[in-house]
Amino acid sequence: MNAPFLRTHANGALGLEAVGMTKRFGGLTALDDVTMRVSAGSFHALLGENGAGKSTLVKCIMGYYHADQGQVAVGEQEREIANPRDAHALGVGMVYQHFTLVPGMTVAENLVLSRSHVPAVVKWADERRALDAFMAGMPFRVPLDVPVSALAAGEKQKLEILKQLYLKNRFLILDEPTSVLTPGEADEVLGLLRRMTREGKLTVLTITHKFREVMAYADEVTVLRRGKFAGTGRVADLSRSDMAEMMIGAREIPHGASRLDNAIGEPRLQITGLKALNDGGLPALEDLDLTVWAGEVVGIAGVSGNGQRELVEVLAGQRPSAAGEVRIGGELYGATRAEIKRHRLCLLPEEPLRNACVARMSVAENMSFRSFDDPPFARGGWWLNGSAMRGAARDLISLYKVKTPGPDAPIGTLSGGNVQRAVLARELAHDVRVLIVANPCFGLDFAAVSEIRSQIMQARNRGAAVLLVSEDLDELFELADRILVMFDGHLVYETPTPDADLSVIGQHMAGH
Amino acid sequence: MEDLGWWGVVLAVLAGAIRVSTPFLFVSLGELLTEKSGRINLGLEGTLVMGAMSGYAISYLTGSPWLGVLVAGVAGALFGMLHAAICSLPRVNDIAVGIALMLLGTGLAFFLGKAFIQPQAPILPAIDFGWWSDVPQVRAALQINVLFVIGLLLAPFLLWVLTNTRWGLIVRTVGDSADAARAMGYSVDLVRLAATMAGGFLAGIGGSFLSLYYPGSWNEGLSSGQGLMAVALVIFARWHPIRCLGAALLFGGAGALGPALQSVGVSQGYYLFNAAPYVLTLVIMIATCSPTRTLAGAPGELSITK
Repeated sequence: MNAPFLRTHANGALGLEAVGMTKRFGGLTALDDVTMRVSAGSFHALLGENGAGKSTLVKCIMGYYHADQGQVAVGEQEREIANPRDAHALGVGMVYQHFTLVPGMTVAENLVLSRSHVPAVVKWADERRALDAFMAGMPFRVPLDVPVSALAAGEKQKLEILKQLYLKNRFLILDEPTSVLTPGEADEVLGLLRRMTREGKLTVLTITHKFREVMAYADEVTVLRRGKFAGTGRVADLSRSDMAEMMIGAREIPHGASRLDNAIGEPRLQITGLKALNDGGLPALEDLDLTVWAGEVVGIAGVSGNGQRELVEVLAGQRPSAAGEVRIGGELYGATRAEIKRHRLCLLPEEPLRNACVARMSVAENMSFRSFDDPPFARGGWWLNGSAMRGAARDLISLYKVKTPGPDAPIGTLSGGNVQRAVLARELAHDVRVLIVANPCFGLDFAAVSEIRSQIMQARNRGAAVLLVSEDLDELFELADRILVMFDGHLVYETPTPDADLSVIGQHMAGH
Repeated sequence: MEDLGWWGVVLAVLAGAIRVSTPFLFVSLGELLTEKSGRINLGLEGTLVMGAMSGYAISYLTGSPWLGVLVAGVAGALFGMLHAAICSLPRVNDIAVGIALMLLGTGLAFFLGKAFIQPQAPILPAIDFGWWSDVPQVRAALQINVLFVIGLLLAPFLLWVLTNTRWGLIVRTVGDSADAARAMGYSVDLVRLAATMAGGFLAGIGGSFLSLYYPGSWNEGLSSGQGLMAVALVIFARWHPIRCLGAALLFGGAGALGPALQSVGVSQGYYLFNAAPYVLTLVIMIATCSPTRTLAGAPGELSITK
């Protein structure tokens, strides 16, 4: 290889080329013959939906994964990168989505510790002088004596980048660097990185799904779709809708499960002004208003991490709401067991084995979670009737084609698709009035997918109000009567499915 | 003998603080080092008793109390190694292992130490820092054991090691973020093994002080929970070696309160005053804990703060 774009910039920036990268995990091809060229001193964006293979590609480049096929060239030479240490030795560094800093230690300690060789006795006076000199030459600064735990997310992100520069890396890979930043902080960090690439000191490859940042900061873009190369080009030559089409694809909209033209009923699930906090105590949902009518499927699209999980958790009773109210059939709903039973609300959360099952309990027991304390499963509300449970479970197992050794097998021993089916059987066992489903087909094979989708459609046809949260746009187009887009804890766009335009939805998913 | 009155109580408490604090100091510095690496070793109570027994036994058998101190440390390090080895297995809780080792340590020490309850072993010498004074109480109070002096120097040394050496930084990294440590290529289990062994070594020495200097004999009632209180003390000291020294002196002073009051004739409530360290432990635990905020300075990997 001797391509001019790979030539190292006079000020140090490296070029990089990955050719024909393929990576398989078992039967799944996560990355299929992808080629990417990043010229020295450029700001390159790697764009794609969730699961498009962006992280897999950079992890193969960094040596975290061993690619099944493909070569990587850094500078003007082809290189064998077997592990991240090899990548660092070449001057290629990566900033991860989760911080790799030691929270209880100061910024100075973190920087010194990150070096490959730490002296046995650290002479702090000398190190401080060197660090001060290093900081003075940097476009942004972080206080040296503060423990990392006291830094804001934006400062931590800056420190991660500073750490890479301190280690003298000249090709920087950033994995969704702005996902934890406010828009202001994101602009500052990206702006400074862009200035460094302009000066030829650094090449930046950033993974993102935010069009705004690509348009504002990137010189070039490579787009992946479902593990395959979908397009590349100079950002200046591409419009936003060009990129959205590359990212989402000009797909045919499938129309599978039979949708009955039943009349829409009354407003069944009403959410007004809902606010909820994420695990870190920051708002994940704000001022969310949503109404689901009886007999319709409302689909919520969005890139994961924009508040969908928190919304489902509030409805499931797993997370308290911070403000606002949820009403079902006009009555206030607080997700108590009595209310769930009275309103006949059913819920299929994502990762059902973790969120809706007790892995070590049997399939029969898991299937009777909703009704184990009612007759005929319980006498007087406390004396359980195991044989009635097993009998009912056998019926559900055959009706929903759950593959299990029997009703007494621990549910944790079942495959993902069968756990999904078992939970769906439990939730749909009774006449459903409100059905909440999150990513029901994630990781399932085609047969299971079409079956589960037709169950959801049948519930709708029977007059249930269905809220479907999904990251799979195909699924939303197939099932939903209306599609809403969730971004940053808000519902930012709404369209009836027949009028929906993929590229418009894609742009709203990316924050426009 | 002159009567110093209430000054005598103050002096006795100070002397007691120096004398009684030494095992607290060693055990808490050991526990601090272990906790800095991200594990809690509750077994140090057992390590302490085991150290007391083995130190006394070796001193009796060889005639060298210093050899006893060394062997006590080695016995402690072995217990630390056992704790670290068991904890490095998957799905093992360090606190449960600690309690098991506490019971094992005391039980084993009582079993092996039966033969050494009666005989008198040579004990550790003290340095006379009170030569300048004519007052016998002052001279008695300033009879200071070498181990206390070592402990006094050990606290700042440990602080220096934790902040200025590669080893110290690695121990703190492992204790604060095992993921970060792994990403840097350090073996979390090995670092914790070394830190727990070093912690056990110090706790063993703390135990040998009990049997080889004060009270200065081996019996089954020798330890009164110093090993467990040292854990509370480390939390009180916010995982800082110098504050550990202060806290150890405070606990030592509280422990000396009862005997000191008795010496001036206040014998009412003797047992109540003897309970001062336990009351102090409880008060400190309540005062320093909060349901809403995490403890400042606590290593991030500890199972109690996670």
